[in-house]
Amino acid sequence: MFKFKDSQLASRIIEELRQMHLNIRLMHACGTHQDTLIKSGLNSVFEKLGVEIRQGPGCPICVTPANEIEEAIMLAEHGCTLTIFGDAMRVTGFSKSLYDAKAEGFDIRIVYSITDAVKIAEDNPDKNIVFLAIGFETTAPATASTLINGVPENFYILSSHRYFPPALDALLSLGEIKLDGLIQPGHVSVITGLTPYYELLRKYNIPQVVAGFEPLDMLLAVYSLSNQIVKAEPRVENEYTRAVTEEGNILAKEFMNKVFEPFDVVWRGFPLVKSSGMRLKKEFKDKDARIVFSDILKNVDVQHYEEPKGCRCNEILRGLVDSFDCPLFGKKCTPDHPVGPCMVSIEGNCNINYRYTGGRAVKL
Amino acid sequence: MCLAIPGRIVEIHGNIAKTDFGEGTTRNVDISLVKAREGDYIIVHAGFAIQILNEKEAKKTIKMFKELFNLPV
Ligand code: SF4
Repeated sequence: MFKFKDSQLASRIIEELRQMHLNIRLMHACGTHQDTLIKSGLNSVFEKLGVEIRQGPGCPICVTPANEIEEAIMLAEHGCTLTIFGDAMRVTGFSKSLYDAKAEGFDIRIVYSITDAVKIAEDNPDKNIVFLAIGFETTAPATASTLINGVPENFYILSSHRYFPPALDALLSLGEIKLDGLIQPGHVSVITGLTPYYELLRKYNIPQVVAGFEPLDMLLAVYSLSNQIVKAEPRVENEYTRAVTEEGNILAKEFMNKVFEPFDVVWRGFPLVKSSGMRLKKEFKDKDARIVFSDILKNVDVQHYEEPKGCRCNEILRGLVDSFDCPLFGKKCTPDHPVGPCMVSIEGNCNINYRYTGGRAVKL
Repeated sequence: MCLAIPGRIVEIHGNIAKTDFGEGTTRNVDISLVKAREGDYIIVHAGFAIQILNEKEAKKTIKMFKELFNLPV
């Protein structure tokens, strides 16, 4: 496997950043970026250089609101076989998680990919198999191509897919937090290309760099952003050219466009985010669990839901705080006993920070 | 879901590519979303390749920055 590393270059960039005497706040929006930052210890290097980096809404499971998890639980309780990514098991709906529902005996199966879920449908023609499809542009094309290539009659999609760029737009338009620049998520960008970021630049004049996931990628991205900020020349730059092209993955976008259409949807921690939900188009309505099982799902009552007491996930997802700011972090809330979704998902800020600090309420 | 891993394609059968993830791990990956060939490095998300990694570009990025800082390339 080829490596993206160069220690000489890395030390030089740290030196360059030091000489810039920075005092800036950036946001990335991806669990893998957070993982790189914490695992490599770069987050504390950046802190010392005057660069604070927050994790925004880049965790698909964390931003899926409780009512959508509740829909999945309801379908399982009404006799469907639910297939999901393992990472979603412990997120709670209104009162319990899919894990709890499985313990009660309902048929919930963990899959690695949608292909496994289709296989389960083929092997169990007498059952209704529902796939809880969570994820941004990185996973939605897989759902789309699977539907286009044909699935068994007893296979349905419960779509929690979301377009990612509208969430950044929503976050910037809320204006709750001062952000000097954005590190754009490498793998969402692999699909979308750079177009959505030009739109954000036009609207908010904010510096942006698409970055890969090696420590050197993050250093280069922070250097490029700092340069833009210091010179007051906001641009969209692409540091991750080995994977991200200007136009993105056209084939994957074509699949997505054939199958999904945008609609306004709630994200956890956010108000309604315009045109950010991915709904199956009419042509696929016989595969849409929300239409086929509407009788069951109409009983999901959003009004009565309250977020877990004391949990700060909502603010974490908007980048207002970090998991270290939550008094429950590492105490009442751990990956074994998660209080909120940010501690459940391996892409969640609390889960990542816990894994590498052993739950100490301090930054490394 | 956003966690991706790179792998190298060993063999292709239709839409399915036997892919080497290093350390003796191979898995079948769906390559419907990319135009991949044997030997390509691919980024894999939840069983699907979403992009082919461009090794030349990786080297170019490092070279460009090294030149910027007058470091020996
Ligand atoms: S540490 Fe737990 S309770 Fe606190 S914000 Fe994270 S998930 Fe919520």
